[in-house]
Amino acid sequence: MSEDAARQLEAFLQRAPYVRFLGMQAEFAGDELTAILPFAEHLIGNTFLPALHGGVIGGFMEMTALAQLSVTQGSPRPPKTIDITIEYLRPGKPQTTYARADLRKVGRRIANVHVEAWQDSRDHPVAFLRGHFLLGES
Amino acid sequence: MATSSPQSAALGFRFVFADKGRGSIEVPWREELAGDPDSGVIAGGVVTTLLDHTCGLAITSTATGLFSTATLDLRIDYMRPAAPRAGVIAEAHCYKLTRTIAFVRAQAWDADPADPIATAQAAFVVNRPAAA
Repeated sequence: MSEDAARQLEAFLQRAPYVRFLGMQAEFAGDELTAILPFAEHLIGNTFLPALHGGVIGGFMEMTALAQLSVTQGSPRPPKTIDITIEYLRPGKPQTTYARADLRKVGRRIANVHVEAWQDSRDHPVAFLRGHFLLGES
Repeated sequence: MATSSPQSAALGFRFVFADKGRGSIEVPWREELAGDPDSGVIAGGVVTTLLDHTCGLAITSTATGLFSTATLDLRIDYMRPAAPRAGVIAEAHCYKLTRTIAFVRAQAWDADPADPIATAQAAFVVNRPAAA
Protein backbone atom coordinates (compact mmCIF):
# COMPACT_ATOMS: atom_id res chain seq x y z
CA MET A 1 0.00 0.00 0.00
CA SER A 2 1.17 3.52 -0.70
CA GLU A 3 2.64 5.77 1.95
CA ASP A 4 -0.39 8.00 1.45
CA ALA A 5 -2.74 5.23 2.51
CA ALA A 6 -0.56 4.39 5.50
CA ARG A 7 -0.63 8.04 6.55
CA GLN A 8 -4.39 8.21 6.03
CA LEU A 9 -4.83 5.12 8.22
CA GLU A 10 -2.60 6.49 10.96
CA ALA A 11 -4.53 9.77 10.91
CA PHE A 12 -7.84 7.90 11.16
CA LEU A 13 -6.68 5.84 14.15
CA GLN A 14 -5.25 8.86 15.96
CA ARG A 15 -8.28 11.04 15.31
CA ALA A 16 -11.27 9.34 16.91
CA PRO A 17 -11.26 9.24 20.73
CA TYR A 18 -13.56 6.17 20.60
CA VAL A 19 -10.93 4.26 18.57
CA ARG A 20 -8.45 4.88 21.39
CA PHE A 21 -11.11 3.98 23.99
CA LEU A 22 -11.47 0.56 22.32
CA GLY A 23 -7.70 0.25 21.86
CA MET A 24 -8.23 -0.52 18.18
CA GLN A 25 -5.22 -0.82 15.86
CA ALA A 26 -4.85 -1.58 12.16
CA GLU A 27 -2.19 -2.60 9.73
CA PHE A 28 -1.71 -3.25 6.06
CA ALA A 29 -0.77 -6.64 4.66
CA GLY A 30 -0.04 -5.69 1.07
CA ASP A 31 -3.08 -3.62 0.10
CA GLU A 32 -5.41 -5.29 2.61
CA LEU A 33 -6.25 -3.47 5.78
CA THR A 34 -6.67 -5.66 8.85
CA ALA A 35 -8.13 -4.06 11.95
CA ILE A 36 -6.97 -5.45 15.28
CA LEU A 37 -8.68 -5.23 18.65
CA PRO A 38 -6.36 -6.51 21.39
CA PHE A 39 -8.20 -7.93 24.37
CA ALA A 40 -8.68 -5.63 27.34
CA GLU A 41 -10.71 -6.18 30.49
CA HIS A 42 -13.01 -3.20 29.86
CA LEU A 43 -14.28 -4.76 26.60
CA ILE A 44 -16.03 -7.59 28.47
CA GLY A 45 -19.83 -7.58 28.29
CA ASN A 46 -20.52 -10.94 29.90
CA THR A 47 -18.41 -11.85 32.92
CA PHE A 48 -19.85 -15.38 33.25
CA LEU A 49 -18.72 -16.75 29.89
CA PRO A 50 -16.65 -14.46 29.69
CA ALA A 51 -17.31 -12.75 26.35
CA LEU A 52 -16.67 -9.43 24.66
CA HIS A 53 -19.66 -7.07 24.61
CA GLY A 54 -21.63 -7.47 21.36
CA GLY A 55 -21.66 -3.71 21.02
CA VAL A 56 -17.86 -3.63 21.19
CA ILE A 57 -17.63 -6.10 18.29
CA GLY A 58 -20.25 -4.05 16.39
CA GLY A 59 -18.49 -0.75 17.07
CA PHE A 60 -15.13 -2.28 16.11
CA MET A 61 -16.53 -3.53 12.78
CA GLU A 62 -18.19 -0.16 12.07
CA MET A 63 -14.87 1.61 12.71
CA THR A 64 -13.16 -0.94 10.42
CA ALA A 65 -15.59 -0.02 7.62
CA LEU A 66 -15.00 3.69 8.22
CA ALA A 67 -11.21 3.18 8.30
CA GLN A 68 -11.26 1.27 5.01
CA LEU A 69 -13.47 3.93 3.40
CA SER A 70 -11.32 6.79 4.61
CA VAL A 71 -8.15 5.10 3.34
CA THR A 72 -9.70 4.28 -0.03
CA GLN A 73 -11.48 7.59 -0.52
CA GLY A 74 -8.73 9.76 0.88
CA SER A 75 -11.43 12.31 1.62
CA PRO A 76 -10.90 14.83 4.40
CA ARG A 77 -14.56 14.53 5.42
CA PRO A 78 -15.21 11.24 7.19
CA PRO A 79 -18.14 9.13 5.91
CA LYS A 80 -21.35 8.98 7.98
CA THR A 81 -23.04 5.74 8.92
CA ILE A 82 -26.56 5.43 7.46
CA ASP A 83 -27.46 1.95 8.65
CA ILE A 84 -25.76 -1.22 9.85
CA THR A 85 -26.88 -4.80 10.35
CA ILE A 86 -24.77 -6.93 12.66
CA GLU A 87 -25.03 -10.72 12.72
CA TYR A 88 -23.49 -12.57 15.63
CA LEU A 89 -22.29 -16.12 14.99
CA ARG A 90 -20.50 -16.97 18.21
CA PRO A 91 -19.44 -15.22 21.42
CA GLY A 92 -16.30 -13.11 21.23
CA LYS A 93 -13.77 -14.79 23.50
CA PRO A 94 -11.48 -12.68 25.73
CA GLN A 95 -8.67 -12.54 23.18
CA THR A 96 -7.56 -10.49 20.17
CA THR A 97 -10.21 -9.90 17.48
CA TYR A 98 -9.50 -9.10 13.82
CA ALA A 99 -11.68 -7.55 11.13
CA ARG A 100 -11.56 -6.85 7.43
CA ALA A 101 -13.88 -4.67 5.39
CA ASP A 102 -14.93 -5.36 1.82
CA LEU A 103 -16.15 -2.32 -0.11
CA ARG A 104 -18.87 -4.01 -2.18
CA LYS A 105 -19.97 -0.85 -3.96
CA VAL A 106 -18.68 2.68 -3.72
CA GLY A 107 -21.02 5.03 -5.52
CA ARG A 108 -20.95 8.77 -5.84
CA ARG A 109 -22.68 9.38 -2.53
CA ILE A 110 -23.21 6.00 -0.88
CA ALA A 111 -21.01 3.00 -0.16
CA ASN A 112 -22.09 -0.53 0.68
CA VAL A 113 -19.59 -2.29 2.95
CA HIS A 114 -19.39 -5.81 4.36
CA VAL A 115 -17.15 -6.51 7.36
CA GLU A 116 -16.21 -9.79 8.98
CA ALA A 117 -14.65 -10.26 12.39
CA TRP A 118 -12.83 -13.34 13.61
CA GLN A 119 -10.45 -14.50 16.37
CA ASP A 120 -8.64 -17.86 16.07
CA SER A 121 -9.34 -18.46 12.42
CA ARG A 122 -10.92 -16.51 9.61
CA ASP A 123 -12.92 -19.65 8.81
CA HIS A 124 -14.71 -19.24 12.12
CA PRO A 125 -16.04 -15.66 12.08
CA VAL A 126 -17.52 -14.26 15.29
CA ALA A 127 -19.66 -11.63 13.53
CA PHE A 128 -20.55 -9.93 10.28
CA LEU A 129 -21.57 -6.36 9.62
CA ARG A 130 -23.26 -4.98 6.53
CA GLY A 131 -23.71 -1.25 6.27
CA HIS A 132 -24.42 1.77 4.11
CA PHE A 133 -22.30 4.88 4.51
CA LEU A 134 -22.80 8.41 3.25
CA LEU A 135 -19.56 9.53 1.68
CA GLY A 136 -18.00 12.85 2.63
CA GLU A 137 -17.79 15.48 -0.09
CA SER A 138 -14.22 15.56 -1.31
CA MET B 1 -28.16 -6.38 37.09
CA ALA B 2 -28.16 -6.01 33.33
CA THR B 3 -26.32 -2.70 33.45
CA SER B 4 -23.22 -4.05 35.14
CA SER B 5 -20.42 -5.35 32.98
CA PRO B 6 -16.88 -4.04 32.57
CA GLN B 7 -17.80 -2.53 29.19
CA SER B 8 -21.00 -0.80 30.37
CA ALA B 9 -19.10 0.55 33.39
CA ALA B 10 -16.27 1.79 31.15
CA LEU B 11 -18.80 3.60 28.95
CA GLY B 12 -20.47 5.08 32.05
CA PHE B 13 -23.94 3.55 31.46
CA ARG B 14 -26.62 4.63 33.91
CA PHE B 15 -29.71 2.55 34.56
CA VAL B 16 -32.92 4.56 33.97
CA PHE B 17 -35.70 1.98 34.35
CA ALA B 18 -36.77 -1.59 33.58
CA ASP B 19 -40.32 -2.85 33.74
CA LYS B 20 -42.42 -5.52 31.98
CA GLY B 21 -40.50 -5.84 28.73
CA ARG B 22 -39.28 -2.27 28.60
CA GLY B 23 -35.93 -0.91 29.64
CA SER B 24 -33.99 2.32 29.44
CA ILE B 25 -30.32 3.22 29.90
CA GLU B 26 -28.46 6.47 29.37
CA VAL B 27 -24.84 7.23 28.60
CA PRO B 28 -23.58 10.70 29.61
CA TRP B 29 -21.28 12.46 27.14
CA ARG B 30 -17.55 12.19 27.74
CA GLU B 31 -14.65 13.38 25.60
CA GLU B 32 -13.21 9.88 25.08
CA LEU B 33 -16.51 8.55 23.69
CA ALA B 34 -16.52 10.98 20.76
CA GLY B 35 -16.24 9.64 17.24
CA ASP B 36 -14.92 12.94 15.95
CA PRO B 37 -12.88 15.22 18.20
CA ASP B 38 -13.83 18.38 16.27
CA SER B 39 -17.60 17.93 16.41
CA GLY B 40 -17.60 16.20 19.82
CA VAL B 41 -20.42 13.93 18.58
CA ILE B 42 -20.64 10.63 20.43
CA ALA B 43 -19.34 7.66 18.37
CA GLY B 44 -21.69 5.30 16.52
CA GLY B 45 -20.11 2.37 18.34
CA VAL B 46 -21.17 3.80 21.70
CA VAL B 47 -24.77 4.08 20.44
CA THR B 48 -24.56 0.49 19.07
CA THR B 49 -23.42 -0.83 22.47
CA LEU B 50 -26.05 1.24 24.28
CA LEU B 51 -28.87 -0.06 22.04
CA ASP B 52 -27.66 -3.67 22.32
CA HIS B 53 -27.40 -3.40 26.09
CA THR B 54 -30.79 -1.72 26.48
CA CYS B 55 -32.42 -4.46 24.37
CA GLY B 56 -30.93 -7.05 26.74
CA LEU B 57 -32.30 -5.13 29.72
CA ALA B 58 -35.80 -4.99 28.18
CA ILE B 59 -35.74 -8.78 27.65
CA THR B 60 -34.60 -9.62 31.17
CA SER B 61 -37.29 -7.29 32.56
CA THR B 62 -40.03 -9.50 31.04
CA ALA B 63 -39.55 -12.20 33.66
CA THR B 64 -38.29 -12.60 37.18
CA GLY B 65 -36.45 -15.88 36.51
CA LEU B 66 -32.79 -15.32 35.81
CA PHE B 67 -31.87 -15.91 32.21
CA SER B 68 -29.18 -14.66 29.88
CA THR B 69 -29.47 -13.33 26.35
CA ALA B 70 -27.19 -13.38 23.33
CA THR B 71 -27.65 -11.08 20.35
CA LEU B 72 -28.46 -12.87 17.07
CA ASP B 73 -28.73 -9.78 14.92
CA LEU B 74 -29.03 -6.09 15.43
CA ARG B 75 -30.03 -3.59 12.76
CA ILE B 76 -29.50 0.10 13.45
CA ASP B 77 -30.65 3.07 11.37
CA TYR B 78 -28.89 6.32 12.07
CA MET B 79 -31.34 9.19 11.54
CA ARG B 80 -28.90 11.96 12.39
CA PRO B 81 -25.79 12.54 14.50
CA ALA B 82 -26.32 13.32 18.18
CA ALA B 83 -25.85 16.95 19.15
CA PRO B 84 -22.25 17.92 19.92
CA ARG B 85 -21.22 17.02 23.49
CA ALA B 86 -24.62 15.44 24.15
CA GLY B 87 -25.25 12.21 26.04
CA VAL B 88 -27.68 9.63 24.68
CA ILE B 89 -30.69 7.83 26.18
CA ALA B 90 -32.02 4.56 24.80
CA GLU B 91 -35.30 2.78 25.41
CA ALA B 92 -36.09 -0.74 24.22
CA HIS B 93 -39.28 -2.79 24.06
CA CYS B 94 -39.30 -6.58 23.92
CA TYR B 95 -42.57 -6.99 22.01
CA LYS B 96 -42.44 -10.75 21.55
CA LEU B 97 -40.78 -13.46 23.61
CA THR B 98 -40.88 -17.12 22.61
CA ARG B 99 -39.22 -20.03 24.42
CA THR B 100 -35.95 -19.36 22.64
CA ILE B 101 -36.10 -16.00 20.85
CA ALA B 102 -36.82 -12.42 21.88
CA PHE B 103 -37.78 -9.75 19.34
CA VAL B 104 -36.93 -6.21 20.36
CA ARG B 105 -37.25 -2.66 19.04
CA ALA B 106 -35.29 0.24 20.45
CA GLN B 107 -34.57 3.86 19.86
CA ALA B 108 -32.01 6.37 21.05
CA TRP B 109 -32.23 10.13 21.38
CA ASP B 110 -30.25 13.03 22.80
CA ALA B 111 -32.88 15.59 23.76
CA ASP B 112 -36.34 14.53 22.59
CA PRO B 113 -37.66 10.95 22.26
CA ALA B 114 -39.80 12.13 19.33
CA ASP B 115 -36.65 13.13 17.45
CA PRO B 116 -34.48 9.97 17.63
CA ILE B 117 -30.86 9.80 16.53
CA ALA B 118 -31.14 6.06 15.89
CA THR B 119 -33.65 3.22 15.84
CA ALA B 120 -32.91 -0.47 16.18
CA GLN B 121 -34.54 -3.82 15.53
CA ALA B 122 -33.02 -6.94 17.02
CA ALA B 123 -33.46 -10.65 17.65
CA PHE B 124 -31.88 -12.36 20.66
CA VAL B 125 -31.45 -15.96 21.75
CA VAL B 126 -32.81 -16.45 25.25
CA ASN B 127 -31.05 -18.94 27.50
CA ARG B 128 -33.45 -20.03 30.21
CA PRO B 129 -32.37 -21.82 33.38
CA ALA B 130 -32.78 -25.61 33.37
CA ALA B 131 -36.49 -26.47 33.72
CA ALA B 132 -37.66 -25.90 37.25
